[in-house]
Amino acid sequence: MSALEHKLDAGEFVVTAEMPVIDGGGHAELQRQLEFMRPYVDAYNATDNPAAHAHVSPLAVSIGLLQVGAEPIMQLVCRDKNRLALEADLMGAAMYGVHNICCLTGDDVTAGDEPEARRVFDLDGVQLIQLARTLERGHYLSGRQIEPIPHFLVGAVENPSAPPLEQRVRRAAKKALAGARFLQLQMVYRTELLERFLRAAADTGLSERLAMIPSIMILRTAGAMRFVASSVPGIDMPAELVRRVESAADAEAECFEVAYELASHAMAQPGVAGLHFISFRKDAGIAKLCARLGIATKQERESHGHSASVAVG
Amino acid sequence: MSPAHPTDPPPSTGARVVAALEHVVKKPIWDCRMCGQCVLHDTGLTCPMTCPKTLRNGPCGGVRPNGHCEVKPEMRCVWVKAYERSEKLPLWRDHIDQLRPPVDNQLKGSSSWINLATGRDKQVPAGWAPGE
Repeated sequence: MSALEHKLDAGEFVVTAEMPVIDGGGHAELQRQLEFMRPYVDAYNATDNPAAHAHVSPLAVSIGLLQVGAEPIMQLVCRDKNRLALEADLMGAAMYGVHNICCLTGDDVTAGDEPEARRVFDLDGVQLIQLARTLERGHYLSGRQIEPIPHFLVGAVENPSAPPLEQRVRRAAKKALAGARFLQLQMVYRTELLERFLRAAADTGLSERLAMIPSIMILRTAGAMRFVASSVPGIDMPAELVRRVESAADAEAECFEVAYELASHAMAQPGVAGLHFISFRKDAGIAKLCARLGIATKQERESHGHSASVAVG
Repeated sequence: MSPAHPTDPPPSTGARVVAALEHVVKKPIWDCRMCGQCVLHDTGLTCPMTCPKTLRNGPCGGVRPNGHCEVKPEMRCVWVKAYERSEKLPLWRDHIDQLRPPVDNQLKGSSSWINLATGRDKQVPAGWAPGE
C-alpha cells in the first residue's frame, strides 16, 4: 500500500503536485525539480506527454521518483497507447512499486506539437480505470493469469468547468464505479462551478467513495494566463481575472493572490481531501502557497498522523 | 496456457449484404462508422464513434465552454448532444450512465444488427468484469 493510499484511507489531508516535465538529466534533474516542493508535497504526478507534447515517459519518471525517495502518481493517457501497451505500463509500474495510478483520456494530438500523429484512444479514461482494476484481480484483460498480483491505488481526473456541466458528477460517478478512489480536478477558475460540482458530489455521497482533490495552478503573468486559457484544452478562464492581473502593479504578486483565493475557496468546499498544485517554474511558489494556506509541512502532518491542523483563511 | 481469443469466421455474402444495407440506413441518419457493436440506444441516439476520440463512456475534459469539441471547434460535442437527447428518450434514459466495455475492433465493418441478433456484440474479453 502506498503512503498516499494510507493517507487517503485515514482521511488525512493530502498535497499532490505536478512533476514538471523533463527531457533527461537522470536523478540529478529529478532532485533539482523536487527541491522546493519536497517540504509539502506527498506525491507527484508523473505526466504522460501532457498537452500531447513528448517528454520522458511517466513510467521512467515514476521509477526515478521512487529511487530518489519521492512518491509518484503515474499518469496514463489513452491517446498514445492501445490496451496492450497500457497493460504493459501498468505491470511495469507494479513491478517497481509504483502503486498510484491516475487514468486520463488525454488531450487530443491536435493540442500538441506533433498534430500529424495517429490518435489511439483504443480505451477511454473510464475503461482505463477498469483495466487497472482488472489487473488487480490477478489477470489481464484476456483472462490470462498474473502472478504476483499487482496492487494499485487508482485515480482519475474530472473537469468541473467543461460542458456538459450538469453531467460531470455523473461521469465522475462512473469513474468511481470503474474503481477510481481519488479524483484530481482540472483547474477551475470560476469558483461557482467548483462549488456546484463538489456540492453535487457530496450530496450524492460520491465524495465518500472518491477523494476530491482540486487543482491550483500558480502562474506569474497575464500572458501566461492567456496562454493557458488558449492552449490547455478545457480551461475556462474569465477575462476579468486576466484583466485584474494585467492592471495590477505587481503581476506576479497578483497571480499569487489569485491562486491563494482559489485554493482557500477550494479547501472550504465539502468533500475536499487535498489539493493538487501546478507550477511551471522551479521556485518556492508551491511551498509559499501551502504555508499561506496554513497547510502543515509533510513532516508535521506525518508526525501528527493527522492533518487536523489544516486551517483555512 | 491461456486460451486464444476466439476469432470470427469470415462474413458470409448474406452478412455482407446486411452490413451494406445497415450502412446505407444508418450513415445518413447517425453518421454511422460501422463499429459493429451499436450502442445508439444507450447514448441518446448519438453515435459515440463520431467523437474524434471515439469515447464510449462520456465526454472528455476538453469540451469548450460553448459546448463544442476540443478537436473540431466547429462541431458540438457528441456527448453534450448525447446527454441532451437521452433526456428526451422515452426509454433507455439511464443507460447513458452504464459502463460500456472497450470496443471490439474485430467487429469493425460488420453488421451490428446481426451481432445483436447473435449476441456477438455483447461478448467482452474474459477478464472484463466491470463494477466489482
